[in-house]
Amino acid sequence: MNSKKFLAFTMAAAMTLSLAACGGDSGSASSTGDASGAGSTSTVESTGSAFKIGGTGPLTGTAAIYGLAAQRGAQIAVDEIQEAGGDIQFELNYQDDQNVPETAVNAYNNLKSWGMQISLGSVTSQPGIATSVYNNEDRIFALTPSASSPDVIEGKDNVFQMCFSDPNQGLASAQYISEQGLGENIYIIWKNDDVYSTGIKDQFVAEAEELGLNVVGDSTFTDDTANDFTVQLTDAQQKGADLIFLPMYYTPASLILTQADAMGYEPAFFGVDGMDGILTMDGFDASLAEGVMLLTPFNADAEDEATQAFVAEYESRYGETPNQFAADAYDCIYALKLALETAGCTPDMSAEEINDALVEVFPTITLTGLTGDGEGITWDSTGAVSKAPKGMVIQDGAYVGMD
Amino acid sequence: MDITIILDYLIRGLSLGSVYAIIALGYTMVYGIAKMLNFAHGDVIMVGGYICFFAMSGLSGNFEEGSMAATVVPAVAGTLAAMVVCTILGVVIERLAYKPLRQASSLAVLITAIGVSYFLQNAALLLWSSNPKVFTPVTGRGSLQVGPLSVSYVTLLTIAACIIIMLALTAFTSKTKMGKAMRAVSEDKGAAQLMGINVNATISLTFAIGSALAAIAGVLYMSAYPTLTPTTGSMPGIKAFTAAVFGGIGSIPGAMLGGLLLGIIEIFAGAYISTQLQNAIVFAVLIVVLLVKPAGLLGKMVQEKV
Amino acid sequence: MNRILHMKKSTRSSLFTYTLVIVAYVVIQLLRAFREGGVGSVLEGQLVPICAYVTMALALNLVVGVSGELSLGHAGFMSIGAFAGCSVAAALQNTVTLDPLRLALSMVLGAVIAGFFGFLIGVPVLRLNGDYLAIVTLAFGEIIKSLVTNIYLGVDADGPQFSFLSNNNQLGEGGIELIRGPVGVTNSERIATFTAGFVLVLVALFIIFNLVNSRTGRAIMAARDNRIAAESVGISVTKYKMIAFVTSAALAGAAGTLYGCGQVTFTATKFDFNTSILILVFVVLGGLGNMWGSVIAAAALTILPEALRQFADYRMLVYAIVLILVMLATNNPTLWNFIARIREQRQEKKEGAK
Repeated sequence: MNSKKFLAFTMAAAMTLSLAACGGDSGSASSTGDASGAGSTSTVESTGSAFKIGGTGPLTGTAAIYGLAAQRGAQIAVDEIQEAGGDIQFELNYQDDQNVPETAVNAYNNLKSWGMQISLGSVTSQPGIATSVYNNEDRIFALTPSASSPDVIEGKDNVFQMCFSDPNQGLASAQYISEQGLGENIYIIWKNDDVYSTGIKDQFVAEAEELGLNVVGDSTFTDDTANDFTVQLTDAQQKGADLIFLPMYYTPASLILTQADAMGYEPAFFGVDGMDGILTMDGFDASLAEGVMLLTPFNADAEDEATQAFVAEYESRYGETPNQFAADAYDCIYALKLALETAGCTPDMSAEEINDALVEVFPTITLTGLTGDGEGITWDSTGAVSKAPKGMVIQDGAYVGMD
Repeated sequence: MDITIILDYLIRGLSLGSVYAIIALGYTMVYGIAKMLNFAHGDVIMVGGYICFFAMSGLSGNFEEGSMAATVVPAVAGTLAAMVVCTILGVVIERLAYKPLRQASSLAVLITAIGVSYFLQNAALLLWSSNPKVFTPVTGRGSLQVGPLSVSYVTLLTIAACIIIMLALTAFTSKTKMGKAMRAVSEDKGAAQLMGINVNATISLTFAIGSALAAIAGVLYMSAYPTLTPTTGSMPGIKAFTAAVFGGIGSIPGAMLGGLLLGIIEIFAGAYISTQLQNAIVFAVLIVVLLVKPAGLLGKMVQEKV
Repeated sequence: MNRILHMKKSTRSSLFTYTLVIVAYVVIQLLRAFREGGVGSVLEGQLVPICAYVTMALALNLVVGVSGELSLGHAGFMSIGAFAGCSVAAALQNTVTLDPLRLALSMVLGAVIAGFFGFLIGVPVLRLNGDYLAIVTLAFGEIIKSLVTNIYLGVDADGPQFSFLSNNNQLGEGGIELIRGPVGVTNSERIATFTAGFVLVLVALFIIFNLVNSRTGRAIMAARDNRIAAESVGISVTKYKMIAFVTSAALAGAAGTLYGCGQVTFTATKFDFNTSILILVFVVLGGLGNMWGSVIAAAALTILPEALRQFADYRMLVYAIVLILVMLATNNPTLWNFIARIREQRQEKKEGAK
């Protein structure tokens, strides 16, 4: 063995050992509620008086914005509940999954060894599909704020969604456009390496055909080509599209709006819930989004007291306006609280006992949340949510209800 | 096929290509002199974008809305600030992370560069949050109408900047003493040292210039594609690296040509073949070119010594 | 003992590697069997991916370390293996009911297909040198990612159906969608086990050591060390480089199948440039040409990000810093000189004692 190899080996060994030590530490530390040093856990001491809730989401990497929003929204709800006092208290632990299924499973296992009793699933769809399988096998109840693929809940009795499923969004969008007569010639720009975008687009196309909407064409982009949209826009312009459907998140959407404006092309734009957040982008010229329509369950400008209090709290803590991910996660915590109260669960119950109780109770509860539009949010036993999407149009830099 | 549309695509391709070209110049210079693939280069672009963004939004309040000064002063100040910060950053990175590895294998340096890239991305995430910032184009939004074509000011500025930078760099490396020193070091480090050239200083200088160019590229890239996130730099970084190899790595006109062609191919592939396979086509063209000309379009084939 | 000391260096090194892997396997299996909580749920979940990454690192080390060519697109072969292998595994679900057998069949097929692509890519690529070869492999990796993202593959009673770019498959009753374009593969069951992973690692080591310590292996290394000299003694450089490249691609394909069959779901975007780089980091950190180094580096660096979870938001930042520091430390000449001096002194003492 030469010296170089020897050193490499010792270093690797030392590293592994220290890691093993770290692993042990974090396990024991978090059980005393000390992992709040991580900034991701609430300050409630884990004395058995609080339910341990865990969730995974992208806290770093390209999709970090969604994971961080969900983590923060949920944390605000947990803190509010603590402040209000009461029997049901939560301890929240969000772990980074970088929007990768493999890492999400690791994060999930980490939460499991922390002693998670109830899960918030994953924030994004692909990791959500992975973790939901484990949720089902381990009998840990999951309510995901935003993993919207139908695969997340399919065949799993104990996995529920707070968000619309992707096909439902496509369906609702097509119906809405048809009912309101918003466009004659529709063009779709979608992201073909993304489950969310593909799911909405497929159902939209199917429903549009059913309703006799005229889809003149579609084009795609990927993470790697999400900078230049002029090709797609020129194609839409050539095909005489007067309405462009954008089933995507708001970051690429903002680029599309900017580039369409630079081209002097002014069709109507119709977005989905991922579009929410576009107005809160730092430096975004809201005039570019003038007239953009979207279906979203959440409206940060809503007049009701609950929304305003939540938005104010979020802004004062994080200096940003919350988007629908934050609102959905916030609602998740309150939905769990309501369900736990209804079922009469206590924090000393095992994850499986809580799971069985929640599976029973969830289809029976109605939550008036931020994303419920006053009518309340309900679930069926498959785990799918039922709430009314709001048709919004952006006017003077704010959402205005369309009907 | 409509000729106006083809011309329109061509201009967009040139615009995208010019940005790739400026980034590729940084890659190629560093490669030429330090024989290393600086994968952190793309992330320096991102840092440049953020610095310019904050400088511009900090300054823009001080001027009358709509006046000439309100557009020009923050833009120029922002670009300069970005250049200064990126230059310092580039030199510091070189000193701390790459210089100790001067004698190590090029792979070790490559991995370190990747570590630096992760570091910059995650530091940016912690400092500036993941919420995208929307960049205001340095030229303001607006476009020049040439017949049926509309060319945005950003596009014009990008293409002009690209040409100026290339000419300036060519003049610098062939006319000035320091530029000649750079060429000498890239040719043969040992011999250059014997001739009394300070190799370390020359390498630092190269990193400084490369990083300043990255800052300019960042400002121009963000002006054209104005969504700024901590991972903004990685894809243009990889594309520009491809462009540098395409044109012949180590060659300044090569980087320019490679960047422009890559931009044009990317736009036309998306327009006339498939947006789904856009990247696949770009890379396929690259492979074909390298098979025909193994050292890139303008690269020199170095004969191996026995 | 004496015999071990007087063994050939290469034999000693391979013996050590086998021992390392087997001991690690036995220890982990004992912990899983007898300790309450086993190895902990996090590590438990990582066992199969670790085996896949170890195999990937070994495969890439054959190309980068032994054959001396920089490949930046090895995740592409892993991708091919994962998609091909998992499709086969899902399609055979009802025909071959014995899981290990089905997994083995899938891995062999994944390896063959990836190896075939390795050959196709190798023909043009291996004519190039150095960084140009690196960029072409990078390009192939990206192309494979783009293509696989657009593949729709399904199977029903009438046989397989394939469509590209958009899903036109009309599956009959009881049909299974194997690959669903951007949604990737969703496995209904995960048949890859730690033992299967362990066997794959052993097989990979066996293949690589036999190749490296053979006539062919010496020819490959001769071509790496001095292409012209090797050619002058009649070694067909391209042929030997091709042997290393195809073997490596096939092993990467098998690793991909193992990885894929252990996941609930995966997409083509998982096997991107970053993954290729990650594997390269394992290889460089473990030492070029040093197989047991690759094994340890791959395992340690896969565990590292998980172990850093206590740093929460700073996790990936710390990971980056650790990576840079380890590279700086392992390449620090002062440190090496220091160690070399100590060893010399010890050597002298030993000789003095004699």
